[in-house]
Amino acid sequence: MNPQLTRRRFIKGVIASGAVAGTTSLWYAANGQSRPAGAVERMIRLNVNGQDRTVDVAPQETLASTLRYKLGLTGTKLGCNRGECGACTVLVDDVPTYACSVLTHSMKDGRIETVEGLEAPDGTLHPVQQGFVEALSPQCGYCTPGQVMAAVGLLRANPNPTREQAREGLAGNICRCGSYDSYLDGVMRAAEIG
Amino acid sequence: MAYMHIGQDFVPPDVAGKVTGRIKYAEDYTREGMVYARLLTSPIPHARVLEVDDSEALAMDGVFGILRAGDVYPDGEPQSTGLKILTDNPTLVGEPILALAAVDEKTAESAIAALNVTFERLPFVLDPLDSLQEGGPNAYLGGNTFGQQGFTEAKWTTDQVASFRAGNTPAEDLATTGPIPTFVIGDLEAGFAAAEGGYVYEGSFTTAGYPHHSMEPRSAMAYWEDGKLYLHGTSQSLTALANDMAGIIGVAKEDLVFINAATGGGFGQRARANSIPSMAIPAKLSQKLNRPVMMRITREEEFTIGGARQGFQGWIKVGFRPDGIMSACDLFVVSDNGGKGGGADAFSAADCISILYQTEAVRFRGASVGTNTAHRGAQRGPGQNQIAPIIAPIMDAAADALGMSRLDIRVVNSAQTGDVGGPQGTPLTSAYMPEALRQAADDFDWEGRQSRRRQRNGSKVTGLGIGQGYHNAGRSGQDGIVMMGADGRLKIHSGVGNLGTYSYAATSRAAAEALKMPWESCDIVTSRTDNHLPITSPQDGSNSIFTNTRTCYGAAMDMVAKMKEIAAADLGGEPADYDISEERVHQIADSGVGMTYAEVAQRAMELGGRYTGEAELPEDLHEWTQIAASRLAGSAFMGIYHDPAHSNNPPGFTVTCTEIELDLETGKFEILDMVSIGECGTVVHPQGLKNQLVGGAVWGIGLSALEQHLYDPQNGLPASTGYWQSKVPTYLDTPVRIDTGWVDLPDPENPVGARGIGEPSQGSVSAALTAAISDALDGHIFGAAPITTDMIINHISGTREDAVALAQNNYRGV
Repeated sequence: MNPQLTRRRFIKGVIASGAVAGTTSLWYAANGQSRPAGAVERMIRLNVNGQDRTVDVAPQETLASTLRYKLGLTGTKLGCNRGECGACTVLVDDVPTYACSVLTHSMKDGRIETVEGLEAPDGTLHPVQQGFVEALSPQCGYCTPGQVMAAVGLLRANPNPTREQAREGLAGNICRCGSYDSYLDGVMRAAEIG
Repeated sequence: MAYMHIGQDFVPPDVAGKVTGRIKYAEDYTREGMVYARLLTSPIPHARVLEVDDSEALAMDGVFGILRAGDVYPDGEPQSTGLKILTDNPTLVGEPILALAAVDEKTAESAIAALNVTFERLPFVLDPLDSLQEGGPNAYLGGNTFGQQGFTEAKWTTDQVASFRAGNTPAEDLATTGPIPTFVIGDLEAGFAAAEGGYVYEGSFTTAGYPHHSMEPRSAMAYWEDGKLYLHGTSQSLTALANDMAGIIGVAKEDLVFINAATGGGFGQRARANSIPSMAIPAKLSQKLNRPVMMRITREEEFTIGGARQGFQGWIKVGFRPDGIMSACDLFVVSDNGGKGGGADAFSAADCISILYQTEAVRFRGASVGTNTAHRGAQRGPGQNQIAPIIAPIMDAAADALGMSRLDIRVVNSAQTGDVGGPQGTPLTSAYMPEALRQAADDFDWEGRQSRRRQRNGSKVTGLGIGQGYHNAGRSGQDGIVMMGADGRLKIHSGVGNLGTYSYAATSRAAAEALKMPWESCDIVTSRTDNHLPITSPQDGSNSIFTNTRTCYGAAMDMVAKMKEIAAADLGGEPADYDISEERVHQIADSGVGMTYAEVAQRAMELGGRYTGEAELPEDLHEWTQIAASRLAGSAFMGIYHDPAHSNNPPGFTVTCTEIELDLETGKFEILDMVSIGECGTVVHPQGLKNQLVGGAVWGIGLSALEQHLYDPQNGLPASTGYWQSKVPTYLDTPVRIDTGWVDLPDPENPVGARGIGEPSQGSVSAALTAAISDALDGHIFGAAPITTDMIINHISGTREDAVALAQNNYRGV
């Protein structure tokens, strides 16, 4: 074997063998920060946190990218950008949804809620947020907005869940700090607060 | 002792920002004119970069520039292991080779694709034993180990490697190597002689070296303004990391503003600057391009440069006297140092055995060998937690053989106040392990549940486990600063990082305690270094509570002493005639004679000098603190303190009991109950302690049953770069409820009696869970962490436990 190889040749080899070491190209395509050749960007209207927002969205752009980088809603976090961790969870028509795994163009008719939209205008926290504060549910906090939105979605569907049901309901959200027990305490407290 | 704040829950000031999404992590910032950096990372595990043709890439529209290793190391790359900012000699897949900045990330990625890079492919190795074998490949250009003598090449004969792989007793003359010392405590021969008639276990073991996988990728953004570098980064520590990061970047300490209000997890890999030098990339690029630079890191990149625990391939022999006392332990560990060097995990494992079980004689030998796998470094209980699940079933086997209860054998081998441990025989500052064991047993009803051991329910069988965890949990020698203005509010300057333990806030309360101030009258000053923060120890090793309550308390007591001086000078008498209460300094004899804190602070500012930090600062202040103090000097009333070094070992201990139900048909188990007890001195912040106990429990479940670190043996490509492949625990892998408690007895070498806890909380759960799995399988000892479903099924079916390729970790089954 020739001990010297170029990066291009290596990548061709990897592709030919079917092995993929990472998904970085998908990540940057999803960020939609430049106009791909031949593509047509469109101004679309999104309903986010009860407000209609007009935004320029690339065809392949994910909702997480739009929220974070176009609308400045950085409460929605990207932990994996491939539907594994749930840090980017938002509500679409009350359903917890991984914002990294849906295209923004498919959200045109949806009602999108992010963690920034939960507080009352006077600053009163949503019961889930209040429950999480009282239970000191977050640790590092990076997964917290996703946990909050998953819990809000759960409680809308089931206002008085058992602890087991809450565990099932939040199972799509990873907390690497391992604060699951404290998040469940927070959900149960939120159900009490109502 | 009655405290105002210690032992009370409170709402840390950053919690609201976390539940509302308002608190900002590094990637949440933006800056006018910001450009985006992308990395070219190594596609192969070991290579030399021969040539980079960047002409086409740099000619592309929207591309601003490139950063190479030669730019950041003009005098040549450091000739050592350890993560580098950029390198032309990658020793693992994913190591950053160069960075390129463009108007957006897609353009940067397209430009990187247009680079023509020529690599010389070098031999690579994934298993340290393959490298140890004569003629085996070396992970580094200079050899396969790195220590005080620089790079060296350590080799065993083929027969020696084969014998070690087979689990045979390592020969007395088997070569040890690596950056960590071997040691012997006591008389090993006499220890094993004492075990005659008792119980002796001997066997091999493996532990996986899995990744940290912090939720926040290590993204960073940097810009330069008026000669100062503003760096938005991610870190477990704040001032400790900034202090060293200045050196890595090559900027004067006083010209670095490190901004880090919150960090999305660390677990050891973001405590020190040399474990996260990638933050220097946007700083250097920004300097070169004179533009703000954002560098976003993907999950896959976080895997490769985010680090991993050291994996062990080991052999252990443990002897117990007939009365159950662990009289001897002989340990030999080949530890995986990965592609960039690693830590001293194996040494810490042996040290842990000496302290946790008060073993009469301990010998540690080992070989610490590089592989072309992920960067290794400190991960939650490095060493102590790998050995915990290995030892626990051995303790149970000894108990069963000696006719003792599993609780009693741990009690007779436990550490108490007055005991010493480790190769230096270091005294423990205090220790209450027997109390912790009994409290855990009582809370769990350990005795009452014994009738359920190995009880069958259809295909399911019940297993019970009890485990212990230990980590050194406290340091000293750091600095503290408190300030008070004419409004009488106390400003506690904290250089402690915010990675989710809330110890930056909990330790600050020691200052409020010393000044007897209501918490509502206190502010914590932190988040960015231009808030003028004192140096702290890196926030690793469970040290923060012990270390920083000492500094905060000391700085506040300095302020108290100065208040008494001022009051005595203005109101008469001696400082000793005064006391403090209700935000006043007043005479003891007549509490009506005194000054409010606001008044004394105003008076201090009028006096200046030592009262405002303009003179007579403590000797031995760290350079970083001196800079902070010089910038604060004259602005307000100052309390400042340098904590003298202490020499004893403040231990953090935990005990866990658990009950599982293991399905003999599927190999899966469910954790039915779990109780974890902390023994960490006085409890400072109950909710924070609870969080550390339950968080450690989840990590312990991952260590014992789930987390893995796989590599393709043909190409050396990592196969567990994401959460799903590496199998970090989810809600459904953990119990519906984890019960917690604490012993809450004070440590005499801390002003509020506190010691740390974060790391042992994983070890005791891992130990208990492994013991429970073993218990459910009639005491079978796997000698492995994790024990995966495949291994359990293979054991039940009589197949070799490691028979499924790539099913466990990078040593077993490959």
